[in-house]
Amino acid sequence: MRIPLKKSGYEIIKAEVVKITPMTATEKLYEIRLKNGENLDHDPGQFVEVSIFGAGEAPISVCSSPTNQDTFELCIRKVGRMTSVLHNLKVGDEIGIRGPFGVGFPVNLLKGRDMIFIAGGLGIAPLRSLINYVLDERRDFGKVDILLGCKTPDKMLFGSEVAVWAERMDVNFCCTVDKSDPEWKGNVGLITTLIPGVNFNPDNTFAVVCGPPEMYIYVIQELLKKGMPESRIYVSLERHMKCGMGRCGHCQIHQYYCCMDGPVFPYDKVKDLEGAI
Amino acid sequence: MKDVLLKKELFDGFVEALMNSYKVAAPTRRGDKSFAFDFITNPSEVCLDHIPTILPPKKYFLPQHETLLEYDTTEGQNMQAFVEIEPMVILGVHSCDIAGIQCLNHVFMDRPKDYHYQARHDKILLIGYECLRKCDQYASCGLMQTHTPTGGYDIFMTDMGDHYYFSINTFAGKGMVQLFEGFEPADTVAEKTLKKLRSDKKKLFKNETDVSLAEIPSIFEWGFDSHVWDRTAEKCLSCGNCTNVCPTCYCFDVNDEPELNLAKGRRVRVWDSCQNETFAIIAGGENFRPKRAQRTRHRFFRKFKYPVMRYGKFFCTGCGRCSRQCMASINLKETISNLKRSWGEI
Repeated sequence: MRIPLKKSGYEIIKAEVVKITPMTATEKLYEIRLKNGENLDHDPGQFVEVSIFGAGEAPISVCSSPTNQDTFELCIRKVGRMTSVLHNLKVGDEIGIRGPFGVGFPVNLLKGRDMIFIAGGLGIAPLRSLINYVLDERRDFGKVDILLGCKTPDKMLFGSEVAVWAERMDVNFCCTVDKSDPEWKGNVGLITTLIPGVNFNPDNTFAVVCGPPEMYIYVIQELLKKGMPESRIYVSLERHMKCGMGRCGHCQIHQYYCCMDGPVFPYDKVKDLEGAI
Repeated sequence: MKDVLLKKELFDGFVEALMNSYKVAAPTRRGDKSFAFDFITNPSEVCLDHIPTILPPKKYFLPQHETLLEYDTTEGQNMQAFVEIEPMVILGVHSCDIAGIQCLNHVFMDRPKDYHYQARHDKILLIGYECLRKCDQYASCGLMQTHTPTGGYDIFMTDMGDHYYFSINTFAGKGMVQLFEGFEPADTVAEKTLKKLRSDKKKLFKNETDVSLAEIPSIFEWGFDSHVWDRTAEKCLSCGNCTNVCPTCYCFDVNDEPELNLAKGRRVRVWDSCQNETFAIIAGGENFRPKRAQRTRHRFFRKFKYPVMRYGKFFCTGCGRCSRQCMASINLKETISNLKRSWGEI
C-alpha cells in the first residue's frame, strides 16, 4: 500500500536562482525566489536546507534580512560535493528549499539595545541577516559596532556592502585581516585585537559572534574581560543538520539539537557543554 | 476490555487467522541462541520463547533503508513523498522492545511530527509476549524496570501452562481476537493467576547491578569527565553495532539514490551511527566528536541523560543487545557500575 504524504517535512518548495554574484575565489552569493509566490518568512539567523535532487541537501544559513521580502540570499562556499554542485548553478535554474529551520536571533529582545557584531570569515553570512535587519530598522537599536575579520583581503566577503557600512555615520565599523597584501591599508591581526578598542556599556549591550569554531573562545574571552555578561553574548553554531527536525542526530550538542534549539544560542546556555564551542 | 484465554494447541490456528488478514512478523529462530523478527509463512516458524532478537522490531517502524520521496528532474525539481506499508501484526514482542517502541513514538510523534513514522506506526499492531524468566546474563530489565509492560501494545500474551492469557488493551486488539473463534473469556481464577505470576516475577527480575534506577541521573550528572569513558574507548572499535541493535537508537542519514538515467531517483534515509568517526563532521572538516571516548560517552548519555532532559524518560530498555553484540565485550551494566565506582577517582 502506497500512502502519499503532503506534509512529511521532507517535501521541498521549488525555488529559482534569480541572481548569482561571485564574491571570492570560493564564495558566491545566490539570490533565490520561492516559486510558490510566498516569501521565506525567516528570522535572522535561521537556516534552510538547499536541495538538488540527485546531489542531496545542505544546510545553509540565510544571509539576507527578512525585511527584504521578495527574495532571499544564500552565501555558499565551495567546500564539498554538494556545494560544488551548487556552484555550477546558473541564473534561472530550479532548486529545492526546505525550511526555514531553527531558532534565529532574538530580534525583539535586542531592540533598544546597543549591538556589537563580531564576524570571522564566512561567519559574516548568518550575521549579515541580522546586521541588515538592524540597519533597516536602525531607529529601534542603540549604538551599532561591527567588527569584521578574515584571513586575507581577497577573502573579504560582501566587499561593496562592507564599504557602505564603513561609510555610514550610524555604524562603527572596524575590519582586520590575518595576513595583509601590498594594497591593504587597514588593520592586520586577529579579530580579538579589535575588541579592546570598542567602547561599550556592558549593561545595555548585546554581542553577536559568528565565525570558525576556533574563533569563539578567544573572542568571548575578550568580551568577558570587558564586563559583558555571558547571557548577552549570542553565538551561531555550525553543524551538519541532515533532517532539520531534531532527529537525525548529526547536529546534536549534548541535550540540544542545533537544528531545533539553535543554531543561535546565548553563550551561557552552551558554555559548559564540552564540544559545543 | 474483557481479557481472554487461548488453549495452547489452538495458538497456531489463531496465527493462521491473523495471517489471513495481515502480514505477520514474529520472532523466528536463526541459530542456537539467535533469533530475528521476520515475516512468517507458517505458524510453526513462530518462536515465542526467544532471547532478544538480533535487530529489535524498530526495523518495521524505522526501516534501515526507507524511501522518503521519489523525485523526477526531467522537468524541474518534482517529487512525491510517500510511505509504502501493508497493515501488519508484530507477534511475540517482549516488554523491553515494547518500551523501545514507546521511546521511538515519543521522538517521532512529537512536533514537528515525522509522518513517515506515523504512517507506519498507524498500520502496525503489536502483540506482546511476557517474559517469565531472565533471558540471559546481558539483560538489565530488572534495573530499567521494563520486564512488565506499561501499555504500548494491542494485546499482551502470558504463558499460563496449558493456556495463553491475552490481555486486551485496544479495540484493534479486540478486533484481532474476534478473527478467531477458539478464545474463552478469562475467569477470575485466571486473573488471579496472572496477578500472582506478576508478583512472583518481581522476585525473579531483580536489579542486575549495584546501581539503582533512582541514582542513574546523578551518576550521569557528574560522570561526564570520568576516566571510565577512556577505559571503555580503549576497547571500543567504533563499529556501530551497538547503535544498530539498540531499540531506541534512531539517528539516520539522508541520501539521494539516482537511477541510471540520473533524472529520476529516490531520497532515502538510512540508519547512521554516532559511533562512526565522520558522524559529527561539518563542511570545513571540523569534527565535534573526533575521539572514540567522546563518541562512546555520547551514546551512553543519549540513553541515560539527554532523553531524560528532553522526553522525561531513560532511553535504555535493558534488552542487553548492545552488550550481547559487542565484538569488544563492552558491557552496559559493567560500564554503569564502573561509572558509579569512579566517583572521586581521576
